[in-house]
Formats: sequence, C-alpha cells, structure tokens
Amino acid sequence: MRRVRVVIAKPGLDGHDRGAKVVARALRDAGLEVIYTGLHQTPEQIVETAIQEGADAIGLSLLSGAHMTLVPRVLDLLAAADAADVAVFCGGIIPPDDIDALTGLGIVRIFTPSSSVEEIIAWARAELRPLEVAE
Amino acid sequence: MSLLDRARAGDRRAVSRLLTLLDAAGPGGHPAVAEALRRRDRALVVGLTGPPGVGKSTLTSALIAEFRRRDRRVAVLCVDPSSPLTGGALLGDRIRMQRHVGDGGVFVRSMASRGHLGGLSAGTPAAVRVMEAAGFDVVLVETVGVGQSEVEIAALADTTAVVLAPGTGDAVQIAKAGVLEIGDVYVVNKADRPGAARIVRDLNAMTALNTASARPPVITTVATEDEGTAALVDELVARGIRRDGPTAVADVEYVEDEAALLALYGDAAAPAAHNGHSGLDARARDWLAAAALCLLATADAAGRCAVSPRGAARVLDDRTLVLPDGPGGRLDAHRDVLANPRVGLLFLVPGRRDALRVGGRARIVARAPYLAGLGADGEPAPSAIQVAVDEVVLYERWLPDAF
Ligand SMILES: Nc1nc2c(ncn2[C@@H]2O[C@H](COP(=O)(O)OP(=O)(O)O)[C@@H](O)[C@H]2O)c(=O)[nH]1
Ligand SMILES: [Mg+2]
Repeated sequence: MRRVRVVIAKPGLDGHDRGAKVVARALRDAGLEVIYTGLHQTPEQIVETAIQEGADAIGLSLLSGAHMTLVPRVLDLLAAADAADVAVFCGGIIPPDDIDALTGLGIVRIFTPSSSVEEIIAWARAELRPLEVAE
Repeated sequence: MSLLDRARAGDRRAVSRLLTLLDAAGPGGHPAVAEALRRRDRALVVGLTGPPGVGKSTLTSALIAEFRRRDRRVAVLCVDPSSPLTGGALLGDRIRMQRHVGDGGVFVRSMASRGHLGGLSAGTPAAVRVMEAAGFDVVLVETVGVGQSEVEIAALADTTAVVLAPGTGDAVQIAKAGVLEIGDVYVVNKADRPGAARIVRDLNAMTALNTASARPPVITTVATEDEGTAALVDELVARGIRRDGPTAVADVEYVEDEAALLALYGDAAAPAAHNGHSGLDARARDWLAAAALCLLATADAAGRCAVSPRGAARVLDDRTLVLPDGPGGRLDAHRDVLANPRVGLLFLVPGRRDALRVGGRARIVARAPYLAGLGADGEPAPSAIQVAVDEVVLYERWLPDAF
C-alpha cells in the first residue's frame, strides 16, 4: 500500500508558520509523506497543490481569524475539482462555535493550540488512509 | 477519453492520477500507466543536483519561469529523502515554486526517496516517462546530491546540472564527494554572495584536468533574482535531448529480494547457489585434467570484482588446487586475493558444453615444492595461487554448441 500524502498549507496573511511546521514534522514522524507549501497560500493555490501532489489529505493552519471564509472556500474548490474525497483538517485558534460550524461543513478534525503533537500523530495514524484513485 | 488522453489534453488531475497509480501499483500495475510508459514521446530532461541549501529549488523555479517565457510546458519532480526511522518524509521544495501554481503549463510533484539508494526514488524514472507521455516539453528533476550516489540522475537526464553555492562546502570538498564527476554543466548559484568567484575558479581548475570528455561549462546564477537563468536555459536547450530512446531506464523494474526473484523463476531454480559438492571427486578431477582455460573471479576489500584468465589448474588433493601465473604478468588478481581471499573459478574445455565451477579461498604461495615446475618453460614460478575448495558445481549442457 502506498503512503498517505498530506499537503500542509498556511492560508491567510499572517506570517507565523511555526505551528504548521510542528504539525508537518509530527506527521512525517507518523510515517506520512508531507508536502509543505509555506506561507500566504490562497485557497486556489492550496487546492491546485493538493491535486498536483495527489494528496489524500490537506491540513490547514489558521491563525488569522479568517477561517470562516477560507475553509469553506477550500472545500468548495475541492468539490469543484472532483476532489471532495480529500480529507481536510485544521489547526489553529478557532472558537468552539466555529468548530461546530466547520465540522458541519465536512472538516474531519480540528486541532487547537492545546492539542499535543502525540495526539496529532495518533489521529493521523488511525484515521488517514490512501484514497482510491479514480480513473 | 482515457486517463492518458485527458492528461495529454492538459487535464492536471489526470496527470496526477497517473502518477498516483504508478506509485500505488508500479509501472505495470495499471493499464493507463503501462500505456503511458509504452509511448515514445521525448522531453528535455534536466537533472539538478547538489548539496542542501545551494538554491536548487529556487533555481528550478527560475528555470520554470524562463522555459515558460519560451512557451514550453514544464513538469518538475522534486525528490527528497524519506526518514529512515518512520518512512515518512517532509517535502518542502515546492515552497520555492508556488508562484507557478496557477499556471496550467506547469506541474510540480514531490517524491520521497523511500530509502532507495542513488538519490532518486525507485519510481522517479517511470514518473519522468509519465510526464513525457503527458506531453510536457521539459522535465526538471531536483535531487539532493552530496555523494557518489547521484549517478542515477546522470543516467536519467539529458543534462545533469551540479549546483554549488558559497557557504556550502568548497569545490574541493565537493569534488572529493564525487558529485563533480557527474556534471555536464556546473552552476554556481548565489553569485551575489562573497565566495562565488572562488568556487568558479576552483571549478575551472578542476574541469581543466578533465581531458577525457568535453569540458563542462560553469555558469553563475542568482536564482532569487532570475539572473543567469536565461544563459543556463540556452545551454540546456543547446545540449538538447541526447538520449537515443525515451528514458531507457524508465521501463525497468528491479528485483530487490529473493522472494521477488523466485516469483520470476519458481522454486525449482532456487538451490543453485553455494550447495555443490564440497570436494573434488574423481569426476571433477578428470574434468579438471581436461580443462585448458580457467576464469578466476576475485574481489577487492570493497567488493569490486574482476575476472582474469588462467591456464590449467593442478589438483593437489580433493580439497586443494593450484593456479599457475598466466603469461600476462598482471598482479590484479594477486592484489585482490591479498585483500579478500574469496575466489570463484570457472573451468572450460573447448568443444564441450559443460563447465565446472569452483568456489573457495585463495592464498598466494611463495615457497612450496610444487612451484618448481610451474613457471614458464618449466622454470620455478615466483608464486602461485592456491585455492582451498569450498564448493564444486557442474553446469551440464550449459554452453552453446558452437563453443
Ligand atoms: N543570496 C541568495 N540566496 C539564494 C539564492 N538562491 C537561493 N537562495 C536562498 O537559499 C536558500 C535555500 O534555497 P533552496 O532553493 O531551498 O535550496 P535547495 O535546498 O538547494 O533546494 C533559500 O533561503 C533561498 O532563498 C541566490 O541566488 N542568492
Ligand atoms: Mg530543494
């Protein structure tokens, strides 16, 4: 079986990617192939990257407070690209109400600053799988 | 429309799916991938290799921009090492290339080396073929290169560019690591930094010693400013597509373990290795008496092998034989034996279709009664190679009739 491939992206304008890098390294240590895309990615860039990289999952690091516009946009673009099966998870400072709203939209998991690296690794190992490849 | 047709029509999802199918099932595992690998399309394949941090990814991005100015469709494969502990990988090359992500004429795919030695991942050659079949004009392959293991990229690419920069080890150090032997073109990136001129000087001095082939050019770039990249692209285009066929190594699938080998041949073929008789019985001795030619295989301490011709062997007893020196006077085999006593011998008799294989441990004998008659014209020989026999294998009806 091939390895799980995950794109870690940092949408939005703020310039902190420390958290995203910690998650990227944790997922590598969980045995995943992690494609890190750097700062200031637009939803269009993120989805296009996920398509080119054959990603099974996308992790979005969100600190800017714009998650309620950025995350739905990523999901819409994935659906439009016939890639709605790609699992999307988030990490960052997200208020509880928004967590419910995003989960309702189909985000598979949301990590907060209180989530430990071990928790992220355990989740990735248990939940992320290589997707079937459509013709 | 087939997956390949869609990829050729510019559907990037289709390109991606071909690469994922290749990854999941290997070159022959899916009909669409097999179809892609059968095509004979050719792209200009460029390898970029060099130590970490010299600016390979930044330079790749600048090359994409320059090839796009020239209206070429560009595919990029970025290969980074997998973690030997977990098998996971952190692939960060495309950070430097994200400015091209909305461009439909550019496709970037990151690959983990998965512990494959040689700088590439096992799937890279076939991935290059898929990109060629998908209609890209140029395929850029970025690999981390710090040692001799990078010859694979040289075999895959039309042109291999070795990238160096100030502050990542001087050219002499890098030459020692062997990377310099594979470069068709040398790029000194970060030419805006102090120390670049010195690397250029050192490289020119080193390539001047290279008399065997055309002297590789040294090109300076500032990848962050797109400086020098047009000249580099001119050079790459001028060198052109050099391989005769479409990336010949791409179609190859390697056998990496015994289980895979037996899957090809079946168990019947299995027991051949190192299980012959352990002594020279009467039949083997008769055979050796008739043999006029012996091929002696030796290896040095590092395991590098050589084969040298010998004459007839003399049997001392059922566990020992002696090989006189040949007329050539070369001491390669002797030196190997001093470093590594393991030898293999193959005895041949002209006109016979069978062959006798002997394996054992050799020593060089300086004084022994039997040396007296072993030299040329019955003179005493200075030394002989004495072999303690560990295995004897007869190959029946093995050689072609004409032999
Ligand atoms: N000053 C200078 N820095 C550069 C140049 N090219 C790349 N860099 C920087 O060198 C660092 C490593 O670059 P990267 O392309 O990731 O190197 P790679 O590891 O060889 O792929 C980055 O910070 C780049 O911005 C250059 O021409 N001049
Ligand atoms: Mg790089």
